[in-house]
Amino acid sequence: MSDVLNPPQDEAVEPTLALKSRSKVIAVTSGKGGVGKTFVSANLAAALAKRGLRVLVLDADLGLANLDVVLNLYPKITLHDVFTGKSKLEDAIYKAPGGFSVLLAGSGMVEYSRLAPEVRDDFLRIMESLVPNYDIVLLDTGAGISDVVLFAVSMASEVLLVATPEPTALTDAYATIKVLGAQQKRQRIRVVINQVARTGDGNAITTQLQQVLDRFVNKDSEHPLKLIHMGDIPADPAVRQAIMKRQLLGQSDPGCPAALAMTQLASKVESAVIKHGA
Amino acid sequence: MIRLSDLRLDDARALLEHDPSSELPAADASPVVYMQSILDGLCELSLRDPLTGLSNRRHFNHLLNREIEAVARSGESVLLLMLDIDHFKKVNDTYGHHAGDLVLQAVSKCLETCVRPMDTVSRFGGEEFAAILPNCPSSFGLVVAERIREAVSGLAITVSPTETIRVTISIGGAYAPEWVRSTQELWTERADEQLYRAKSAGRNCVFIEEQRGVAVSADEKGMLFGHHLFGDPASGGVDDDVSNSAVAGSEMNRAN
Ligand SMILES: Nc1ncnc2c1ncn2[C@@H]1O[C@H](COP(=O)(O)OP(=O)(O)O)[C@@H](O)[C@H]1O
Ligand SMILES: [Mg+2]
Repeated sequence: MSDVLNPPQDEAVEPTLALKSRSKVIAVTSGKGGVGKTFVSANLAAALAKRGLRVLVLDADLGLANLDVVLNLYPKITLHDVFTGKSKLEDAIYKAPGGFSVLLAGSGMVEYSRLAPEVRDDFLRIMESLVPNYDIVLLDTGAGISDVVLFAVSMASEVLLVATPEPTALTDAYATIKVLGAQQKRQRIRVVINQVARTGDGNAITTQLQQVLDRFVNKDSEHPLKLIHMGDIPADPAVRQAIMKRQLLGQSDPGCPAALAMTQLASKVESAVIKHGA
Repeated sequence: MIRLSDLRLDDARALLEHDPSSELPAADASPVVYMQSILDGLCELSLRDPLTGLSNRRHFNHLLNREIEAVARSGESVLLLMLDIDHFKKVNDTYGHHAGDLVLQAVSKCLETCVRPMDTVSRFGGEEFAAILPNCPSSFGLVVAERIREAVSGLAITVSPTETIRVTISIGGAYAPEWVRSTQELWTERADEQLYRAKSAGRNCVFIEEQRGVAVSADEKGMLFGHHLFGDPASGGVDDDVSNSAVAGSEMNRAN
């Protein structure tokens, strides 16, 4: 009877990629904006690339991710040109400084902020042809809950939720987790706590989120949601400095605490997603 | 190319002629205009309940599906109300079917004036009605439903030169689960369940299911921030926060 927590089995779910390719796709999302999704996407991609993986980062915030700014990369050809048929998909993929590939949305994509069925179909087709060429595809999604975010997440086997210890960010993260559980029957969400004051804070926060979920959401659900803590990233002045210089941490300050945390995160992501499969 | 003279349109035309609200094309209209207006007229007719002029169940089903789609895409808060005139059978038995029809018409008119133009009231069958209220925040649902209930109970319906009758209505409501693609059956079933509660509670009252949205309740927040993780420990009285809880389901509903 509870169609929020136990959606009917025959419920029409969002379209998803064929499972084979979907398993490599990770949606980087958050409840609130400005918590570091784009920073994590770009620097995690670089750290994964350093481990020898072929990585693609896609601006799934339809032009609002600011990946271009973070990477100091202003490509002539974007996803928008592929959508409108002006350019070929291969030509819209650029090499980012950190040794990974990026596909930027282009400013024109903002028009698509309400997803028409044709746009979804195009998007899915593009993903189907892209994903086999990579070991990991990161989708830098928008913040919060919107049809664009939910669609992007539906194309991914793994969700990497970025939150900060700030109460508003945490409340929004919790709400997002609830929706992903209810709308997509997600049973596993990976959590990164960014901008922590002390190492260990993030783990306590994820544990706390899990306890609230167990009490209010999981207690009468057939598919309980499990959070997996993937790591903490310290609040680090080097991050701001890198962003001001439009560089990745690996370029501007490879030994800083945030860069080290990112390296650890990359190793956890690799073993979780690639070695054990999804 | 189809020629108008080859088509048998007389039955359709006659149907529309009998319907006071349908407009027929001028005799000298072009074939395209004529055909289009016959089709428009038939579409209109097929979506309306002849007695009350409200949208009928077919139209309701179509609109409800559209709302389900919108909720899944936008997370919009949409309320479905099921409404049933109390003891309607008694009206028919005591005053006759014509009086019954007059009551249905008066109540229908009243329902329509109680909602916004964007809302849809349908005759679901018999003395049962349904209303779809898009973009209806959870704090408004009960207010609207109460307004409807009061307006209906205030109607004085003249069924003959000497007789005026009063009726009441019971109302049950349920919100679509935000961001989740529900089904017609599940959603109407939940609203029906609340209508049943209203009937059992003595009729002439409103029951609305608590919205199971994504909003984070005060209880959840209390627990989320209960363990002094965040700064000043003095500000985070755990147990005090929890007692400051959200309105419980039963308190959301009000019977009278
Ligand atoms: N670990 C960190 N330490 C310090 N500042 C950070 C850290 N992570 C993010 N920031 C700051 O937060 C800003 C917003 O990050 P961004 O990745 O653009 O957020 P989002 O993509 O979630 O909107 C960055 O420009 C940076 O200045
Ligand atoms: Mg961003």
